[in-house]
Amino acid sequence: MGAQVTPQGRLVLLVATRKGAWIYHADAERRNWRIDGPHFLGHIINHLVLDPRDGLTLLASASTGHLGPTLFRSIDLGRTWQEAPRPPAFGPAINGLEARSVDHTFWLTPGHASEPGVWYAGTSPQGLFRSEDGGQHWVPFSMINDDPQYRRWFGTMQDGTPDGPKLHSIIVDPRDPLHLYFAMSGGGVHESRDGGRNFAPLVEGMEVVTGFDPTDITFHDPHCVRLCPSNPDRLYQQNHCGIYRLDRPGRRWERIGRSMPADVGDIGFPMVVHPRNDQTAWVFPMDGSDVWPRTSPQGRPAVFTTHDGGSSWQRQAGGLPAEQAWWTVKRQAMAADHEASVGLYFGTTSGELWQSRDEGENWSCIARHLPEIYAIETAYAA
Amino acid sequence: MRVLIPSALHAYTGGAWVEAQGASVAEVLADLERQFPGIRFRMVDEQQRIRRHIRLFHDGEMLFELAAPLRPDGELHIVQALSGG
Repeated sequence: MGAQVTPQGRLVLLVATRKGAWIYHADAERRNWRIDGPHFLGHIINHLVLDPRDGLTLLASASTGHLGPTLFRSIDLGRTWQEAPRPPAFGPAINGLEARSVDHTFWLTPGHASEPGVWYAGTSPQGLFRSEDGGQHWVPFSMINDDPQYRRWFGTMQDGTPDGPKLHSIIVDPRDPLHLYFAMSGGGVHESRDGGRNFAPLVEGMEVVTGFDPTDITFHDPHCVRLCPSNPDRLYQQNHCGIYRLDRPGRRWERIGRSMPADVGDIGFPMVVHPRNDQTAWVFPMDGSDVWPRTSPQGRPAVFTTHDGGSSWQRQAGGLPAEQAWWTVKRQAMAADHEASVGLYFGTTSGELWQSRDEGENWSCIARHLPEIYAIETAYAA
Repeated sequence: MRVLIPSALHAYTGGAWVEAQGASVAEVLADLERQFPGIRFRMVDEQQRIRRHIRLFHDGEMLFELAAPLRPDGELHIVQALSGG
């Protein structure tokens, strides 16, 4: 993600769902949660993000089944909301390419700590956008959105997720605001060293579905990419085809998911990294066999963690259902807080919100009966 | 002219019926945007295409183009398509 700041303030969980958004406020022990919501009941909220630079500004990506997409902004932690005067929207057709329209904004990333007010957004269909005024007005990166080569790498609607191809995992290097990454489903991982004027693919070592050509960027499907706050030269990735780690300045992703248990595999959507230890990360595996059920393998949900950079993985399922739980956790729906004993959180498409206060060993349910959970973020409110 | 606003957009207008001026769909939508900032983009995308779940009726006739002329004594009904069951 973008700006990294020392955790302070009150821990909140930002829960975005297919039918609205909720803010869960933690007590000091993270045992009781005060519920604030729903916000935007009935709206499709793909991402709800708090600006770590002020602890007050919230951006919510919204759409409904019938209306065009928009962004809402709050500067008082959700007490009041204002609509962005210019939400992300593509420019007119250029370069002889087909004109496109934003269906929804899928991903929001606050900019670098040294650039207050800067935000990035990723859309479906794939597009990259930037705001310099706290998310009110958005400008497209035409060098990506309207570049003939990138258009080809975007692939077709059939190369994306069931509800549209997406640009996601926008990452700002905490050491350098000009150093950016983003990923696309489908369309690979990309890097810029000049603030986004130029991007180049970063897919070496990543595998693709058997039968496709791995040299074609189109066929690469990173599901979620995370940068380690404690070591910005280390990236972890959950891909359609495995779990990977990349140590810069290297350019070759290593498939660390090979060491996952064979009966679980290394397919999934979310990827979570430890806030202070670059050897530790978590995934939530799903069944990627035959027709891709996208549910917990064998109906036995579990988190898997590594403490050695992916050389080995351990199952963590204390408190989770032992059987007959066919959960799906989407790529944005798992997160870690920054407490001394790191808290982990995930939300299911069946509307359950779970937490661990001990880095994944034991789990308890915070909420049931929510709508389909699309995204969870932890944040520290001022 | 009188314009009927669908419930999904009442957050902008505060109610179902509003007054707007214009001799075409485009002009009426521009006047709505002037009065209720943000409302047009929810109905018309950045390529000037009426969004696929928005329907426009003028005195019982369905309109498909922003350039469609409107009779000054008529009404414009903006409704949501019955998609979604």
